[in-house]
Amino acid sequence: MSPVLAGVLQLLALIGALALAYVPVGTYMAGVYSSKKHLRVEKWIYKVIGADPDTEMSWPAYLRGVLAFSAVSVLFLYLLQRLQGVLPGSMHFSSVNPAQSFNTAVSFVTNTNWQSYYGEQTMGHVVQTAGLAVQNFVSAAVGIAVAVALVRGFARSRTGELGNFWADLVRGTLRILVPGAVVAAVILVACGAIQNFSGIHEVGRFMGGSQQWNGGAVASQEAIKELGTNGGGYFNANSAHPFENPTPFTNLFEIFLILVIPFSLTRTFGVMVGSVKQGYAILATMFTIWLGFVALMAWTEFAHHGPALQAAGGAMEGKETRFGVGASSIFAVSTTLTSTGAVDSFHSSFTGLGGGITMLGMMLGEIAPGGTGSGLYGMLIMAVIAVFIAGLMVGRTPEYLGKKIGGREMKLAAAYILITPALVLVFTAASMALPTPPHSILNSGAHGFSEVLYAFTSASNNNGSAFAGLNANTDWFNTMTGLAMLLGRFLPMVFVLALAGSLAEQTPVPVTAGTLRTEKPLFTGLLVGAILIITGLTYFPALALGPLAEGLA
Amino acid sequence: MTTRTENPEDSMSTATPTRAPHSDVPTGHKPGEGRVGAGLFDPKQLLKSLPEAFRKLDPRVMVKSPVMFVVWIGSVLTTVFSFKDPTDWFGWTISAWLWLTVLFANLAEAVAEGRGKAQADTLRKAKTDTVARRLLADGTSEEEVPGTALTIGDLVVCEAGDVIPGDGDVVEGVASVDESAITGESAPVIRESGGDRCAVTGGTKVLSDRIVIKITTKPGETFIDRMINLVEGAARQKTPNEIALNILLASLTIVFLLAVATLPPFANFAGTHLTMVVLVALLVCLIPTTIGALLSAIGIAGMDRLVQRNVLAMSGRAVEAAGDVSTLLLDKTGTITLGNRQAAEFVPVKGTTEAEVADAAQLSSLADETPEGRSIVVLAKEKYGLRERHQGELAHAEWIEFTAQTRMSGVDVDRRKVRKGATASVIAWVKEAGGTVAEDADAIANRISEAGGTPLLVAVHDHKGARVLGVIHLKDVVKHGMRERFEELRRMGIKTVMITGDNPLTAKAIAEEAGVDDFLAEATPEDKMALIKREQAGGKLVAMTGDGTNDAPALAQADVGVAMNTGTSAAKEAGNMVDLDSNPTKLIEIVEIGKQLLITRGALTTFSIANDVAKYFAIIPALFAVVYPGLDKLNIMHLSSPDSAILSAVVFNALIIIALVPLSLKGVRYRPMSADRMLRRNLGIYGIGGLIAPFIGIKIIDMLISLIPGL
Repeated sequence: MSPVLAGVLQLLALIGALALAYVPVGTYMAGVYSSKKHLRVEKWIYKVIGADPDTEMSWPAYLRGVLAFSAVSVLFLYLLQRLQGVLPGSMHFSSVNPAQSFNTAVSFVTNTNWQSYYGEQTMGHVVQTAGLAVQNFVSAAVGIAVAVALVRGFARSRTGELGNFWADLVRGTLRILVPGAVVAAVILVACGAIQNFSGIHEVGRFMGGSQQWNGGAVASQEAIKELGTNGGGYFNANSAHPFENPTPFTNLFEIFLILVIPFSLTRTFGVMVGSVKQGYAILATMFTIWLGFVALMAWTEFAHHGPALQAAGGAMEGKETRFGVGASSIFAVSTTLTSTGAVDSFHSSFTGLGGGITMLGMMLGEIAPGGTGSGLYGMLIMAVIAVFIAGLMVGRTPEYLGKKIGGREMKLAAAYILITPALVLVFTAASMALPTPPHSILNSGAHGFSEVLYAFTSASNNNGSAFAGLNANTDWFNTMTGLAMLLGRFLPMVFVLALAGSLAEQTPVPVTAGTLRTEKPLFTGLLVGAILIITGLTYFPALALGPLAEGLA
Repeated sequence: MTTRTENPEDSMSTATPTRAPHSDVPTGHKPGEGRVGAGLFDPKQLLKSLPEAFRKLDPRVMVKSPVMFVVWIGSVLTTVFSFKDPTDWFGWTISAWLWLTVLFANLAEAVAEGRGKAQADTLRKAKTDTVARRLLADGTSEEEVPGTALTIGDLVVCEAGDVIPGDGDVVEGVASVDESAITGESAPVIRESGGDRCAVTGGTKVLSDRIVIKITTKPGETFIDRMINLVEGAARQKTPNEIALNILLASLTIVFLLAVATLPPFANFAGTHLTMVVLVALLVCLIPTTIGALLSAIGIAGMDRLVQRNVLAMSGRAVEAAGDVSTLLLDKTGTITLGNRQAAEFVPVKGTTEAEVADAAQLSSLADETPEGRSIVVLAKEKYGLRERHQGELAHAEWIEFTAQTRMSGVDVDRRKVRKGATASVIAWVKEAGGTVAEDADAIANRISEAGGTPLLVAVHDHKGARVLGVIHLKDVVKHGMRERFEELRRMGIKTVMITGDNPLTAKAIAEEAGVDDFLAEATPEDKMALIKREQAGGKLVAMTGDGTNDAPALAQADVGVAMNTGTSAAKEAGNMVDLDSNPTKLIEIVEIGKQLLITRGALTTFSIANDVAKYFAIIPALFAVVYPGLDKLNIMHLSSPDSAILSAVVFNALIIIALVPLSLKGVRYRPMSADRMLRRNLGIYGIGGLIAPFIGIKIIDMLISLIPGL
């Protein structure tokens, strides 16, 4: 079988699996967030944290919940790393230094999972399992909770109530992510991923040094790493490591795990706003961009010229031979179009244009299909912007799902789309302009610039993948990417929740023949265009000096 | 009642504006075609507005438009940098074109405002200093005071030839008034105390009789003052949607500002240095200057289009709301039907013929000057070829006039008595004369009533005795073309509700004939108010017209309340628009103008944003192909040189503003159609067109620039 055919078949299998999961998973999630009943374990948790899960929250209250929970999480994770040296079960690793502890704490709480450390050489069992793995669940649940709050903003009217953050957080974790991750972990273990608490094994001498392998609760972390679009690997090599991702099947399965919640959330959205067609339109937009990116990526990686590359069946540098060009392309696109950032191949080694595609995927705001929750709310914000422009063209003040997009709504949506470009460009420019930070850059010219651009694109969009080459474990990069992650995660949430509050207060406008039909393919086309032009074009000059310059050379 | 609306012909054609105050309003076109495309653009206006455009370069004025203010700052920067290197022709040329960009934007606004100014000047002429004859407390003696010294509550006397000194209500007398100063309509109107025709406007002229007016507004706040402010744009405030759009444009501007401002360190790392001139040029090309430049012109022009149709919107907010209206409340009489009922058929009772009925009906109506009476004569002539009688034939005729007591009219001629009138009255008359009433007369009359018509019995008393001949069917005549209009409105997603004082049966029949979606029968002002509130509670925006004082609360409650100029001052105060022509059908046009305004904004925003793609393809290779030759592959337009590429993009960016001024003033062509079709059409023209047009435009400009020797 040719590598291209293998890639196409894998792609079709993936799409088929996602299509099968779409309705049950999406509908189930809608049920989770609409249900009035509490499980016994949930009641117990509410009692412990002292929350009343039946109190409806206005948007400021909901936001306070998100921020308070996240602040406590950052602090806890920071202290856990700083105290690692004195904690039991730490495999004798020392405490992590302040800048890196801050960076890692922020990274996992923001669902970014940017790792400026080598997992197997820095973090012991306690930090990995009690700290990082827990955040893999709850940071994903926070993302979904915020998205659900926005959906409620569209679905509800004449109320300021957006649901209860604590209930949404607990339910998302216990009813969606934990069962999903358990099933996924069992499948991964069955396929060869490791799951143990054994220590460091010396497995032989290699090139004059000793080679060591860690054991660990890898499969369980791997499952939630993908399912919660986290991306922080147990090992530095991430999903390219055979303990994390042993076979082509697990590779495809991991891609499925990355995509299943973000895509299915459009169904949840459709069910909750009372029109599954609206969900299909958003799904179609996400899917069109995702498929387009996969096709572009596969094309640039397969068609890369040069005799050595053609002999290998495409640009094989930095890719695992057990996955090949096709599957690696699908993984790379899926991980950068969601906020995952797990990698099964090295984005830095992709062709110049291929590297550019991974960056552009993140730059679009990770909305196709995006991270768990963050993808949906990011896409809905873009829909609001697109509706505003298109709505005017049908001669009405714009409305989406019956809610008018007026000055206040526009202010919030416009602020949202400003944040990540501002973070990416300003942090990158500062890093290039200051005397010291460029020392971290390994390569010269366009590729060197791409390393920095990629780092801040990844951090600001909460992706977490890295373009190898940059030494990000410096005080500057640890601190600045940490800030980028924090601001890139929580500032948008402020505007999303404020928008949700504003929408929930409105009286819905009834649908007439004069209403812009947002469930039609025409609107999907418009939305794709608006995303590519409005968010994509912002980065055109920067991309031109990085991946485009490299790829077109 | 005004003298104008008595003639149904005046409001007969609903498809065209009732009156063309300016010759550029197209008339005589088919319904549904370019109704709101008026306001042609005269290139001479550009020249005339040039001084005003320069005046607007004042930064205190510029700052109101954030996008253009950025261009203004950019122009200042490039100019300063050009002074530092005076031999750099490129810097000077870019600076010049950037200034032109700002100037073109100002010009667009100035032209839009200029059209209102002309109108305001005409109005000012009407606002001559008047001398008011104020009534003193004794109620008989008068004193002469300047019109500006009047206060609310003063009573003034106006006689034939006097100019009314201020807005007020007639409290005594009847007069014909020439209101051409504000309406442009030369036919005089009647103003009388009490009722719904009591409002008079300052600056209009009493032609006959004497009236006493109670002043209701302070000098300087009169209707005419407000009109001047409105058409001049002095009272113009940004509308909600304009504010929202400005926010979007500002945020796009900031994003592109960041993209450009962060470029120098990136370029330095790549080994090239970007000059300030080039950076500003890139920035100006990327930020949405096209829509930024034309946004206020679009808004002013939208108001102006209303003014051209003799509608005054008290706020731009009302114009926008008009585009959103989803329920139209239309008064039956005058809007949906012609003002009066007309004879539709003659129905004979058993034993008589239609011709006999027609003959008797016509005879009885010859002297009847009411519209109903005239329509009977017309029907008899058209359908039965009955001409008017010879003079001799009617020499001894004795005309019986209609009175409220008899409820009949008719004629006695040559011992033959003919009567027509209300069913009960005519039956009583026949019985009194010992005649017979055909047994089916009642049934026919009932049938007509049930169908929404009014039956008039025709009876004769001659040598054969008194008997009922038949029934005249009077019915409301739905104006020509209304069905199609309502059909269009339905396609636009607008529900029409007919408001009438008729009984539900009659109302239903007319509603069905006219094709409205719903009706409100036996409507009281309270019913109207309740209906509006009900619709609004369902999230709908409601538009209505009204003229009476009892309409005022509903006018105020409606999202778009159009008061008739003939109406009371209370109604005019309550509504947010005034129709100077007092033509309720215009509500439909107002909705279309509102929609057109929004569409124009959306279309030019889309165009502006889509333009960026081509500009990137022009400028990015020009900037960086020096260090990364591979990037020249992006130069898909094959522009001749980097300087020429950047210059072409800047020139295109400036010229497109001027090229779109006529469109922004005229508005995007609007046709009633579903939102789906409209989006497809506008997205095709302004979205796809916006992607392609600059590629072609920049290429052409580049070819021209490369012809200049020495480049």
